[in-house]
Amino acid sequence: MKLQKNKILQAVGFSFLTLCILIVLTILCVILFDITAKGIKSVSWSFLTEMPRKGMTEGGIMPAIAGTILVTFITAVLAVPLGCFVAIYLNEYAKDTKLTRLIRLTIRNLSGVPSIVYGLFGVVLFVQSLKFGTCLLSAGLTLGLLTLPWTITASEEALKTVPKSYREGAYALGATKWQVIRTNVLPYAFGGILTGAILGVARAAGETAPILFTGAAFYLPFLPESGFDQFMALPYHLYILATQHHAIGQVRPLAYATALVLLALIFSMNFIAIIIRYRIRKKTMLVH
Amino acid sequence: MSIGTFPVDIIKSRMVVHCMKAYKIKEEAIKLFLLICSITVVMLLFGIFLLLLLKTIPAFKEISIKEFFTTPLWNPAGYYKEQYGILAMVVSTLMVTAGAMIIAVPLGIGTAAYLNEIANHKVREILKPIIEILAGIPSVVIGFLGIVLLGPIITKVFGVKSGLNALNGSILLAVMALPTIISISEDALNSVPKSFGEASYALGANRWQTLVRIKIPAALSGIIASCMLGMGRAIGETMTVLMATGCATAMPHSFFDPVRTMTSAIAIELGEVAFDSTHYYALFAVGLVLFLMTFAVNMASDVILNKYQLMERK
Repeated sequence: MKLQKNKILQAVGFSFLTLCILIVLTILCVILFDITAKGIKSVSWSFLTEMPRKGMTEGGIMPAIAGTILVTFITAVLAVPLGCFVAIYLNEYAKDTKLTRLIRLTIRNLSGVPSIVYGLFGVVLFVQSLKFGTCLLSAGLTLGLLTLPWTITASEEALKTVPKSYREGAYALGATKWQVIRTNVLPYAFGGILTGAILGVARAAGETAPILFTGAAFYLPFLPESGFDQFMALPYHLYILATQHHAIGQVRPLAYATALVLLALIFSMNFIAIIIRYRIRKKTMLVH
Repeated sequence: MSIGTFPVDIIKSRMVVHCMKAYKIKEEAIKLFLLICSITVVMLLFGIFLLLLLKTIPAFKEISIKEFFTTPLWNPAGYYKEQYGILAMVVSTLMVTAGAMIIAVPLGIGTAAYLNEIANHKVREILKPIIEILAGIPSVVIGFLGIVLLGPIITKVFGVKSGLNALNGSILLAVMALPTIISISEDALNSVPKSFGEASYALGANRWQTLVRIKIPAALSGIIASCMLGMGRAIGETMTVLMATGCATAMPHSFFDPVRTMTSAIAIELGEVAFDSTHYYALFAVGLVLFLMTFAVNMASDVILNKYQLMERK
């Protein structure tokens, strides 16, 4: 009797777990399907390459795409090298001291700071104190700070995968610590660091809140000429089209198409990262 | 021969010593540089806190602290008197977050348990990257779908006037918190030693009993930490709640009321205020409260996670 009851309980329990994963997968499918099905109609070559016209009710989103790529580039320039340096320090040099633990604790906490708070910080530091104004540079640097904890964590994960024997072999030949890192550790970890960097920067590319007040422009039918110009960005453009536009109904197809382009941009970055990771895995498997 | 080579050797050995010194200096310089980079990161967190604090202090020259924390009315453009009370915002934030957790916690843990217990290796390797995709979707896209997809559904199903309300925000935030909860819970379940499960099977327990009474309790601190991290993310999320919750400043009474959270208040108003006005400083005060709330949640989850890693080591 009791065994029977337990069996039924297990069947019910397992079907609940299956239901959970099905719900999660359904949510994902609905999101991707809805955006793709409704967005694809408005995506065309001219949509991708033209300036917006008539108060964004017609034309393309070229300046928004270009703006997002430019701001992402600045983000990467700040976050990737700095993240890599910190990761090298933590993984290769740092001993288990109070300072090291403080640094690690800080990094974990930084990744939990809300993106809008980074936005506030960027406004005070870059826009006001350093007098950059609301511009590409301010927004890129703000996003860079936001991305930093992710690139540090990813780089450190990559450095951890380097086998000890690589380091010991180089030490045995009389190399100094930095020589070991430069010639043996970094080349091995390079792919992993790159993968993490792309994933982190891709996440930054989709962020809206930090650039709201640091540089993104409502409507700007030309490209920024320098780092001190305002710019249009895909996520901000989508926000405008979805909530702030005077003819929301009319621009809805354009909003869908913008969402699709944004998703495509981020997913293609993720895809590149996954391919790099896959190729590295294959390569390192051959070595061992 | 020996007379000829002798000085050369000395020169050589001197060069070696010299080089060694140069190397040592270079090594130390590099180490110092990397250390400075790392300390910069610590400074960043303190910098964020200090700047928020610095910009908050002027706000309380005009606003009484008691009024700020205990009154629900936020009306910076008030005709007779400007009102700065964040109670309604804090309640809205907590309400939307709580709603999100009610949805995301069982769903997330259930999914993690599925991946750990039911899915075989191959299925797991396929499903995990698919769930990672969910984490990659930008919040603004989720918020957009809240307006165009979920809003109308809520209007129809519950027969309310507007689908842009706290419920909508809760569902969207649940979607955003799910990947965090799933991946960390699954890690926690995976790190439960195999012998625990085997001992349980040996006593005649079936897989469900083992999962519920052995594996989940053993991984509980990791699971709780994952939920708290997801909660921290939900509290600090801006774009989805900004777009999908209707943004009314009044105190919410039910999940069908439109709400304005702390994050969306900052996002809406900071673009419109004059720099260095009381309103401007008041928004930084909201930012500081938000920062402290997420900081507390993250620290708590950190403490719980550490505890569980220590236990694992033992």
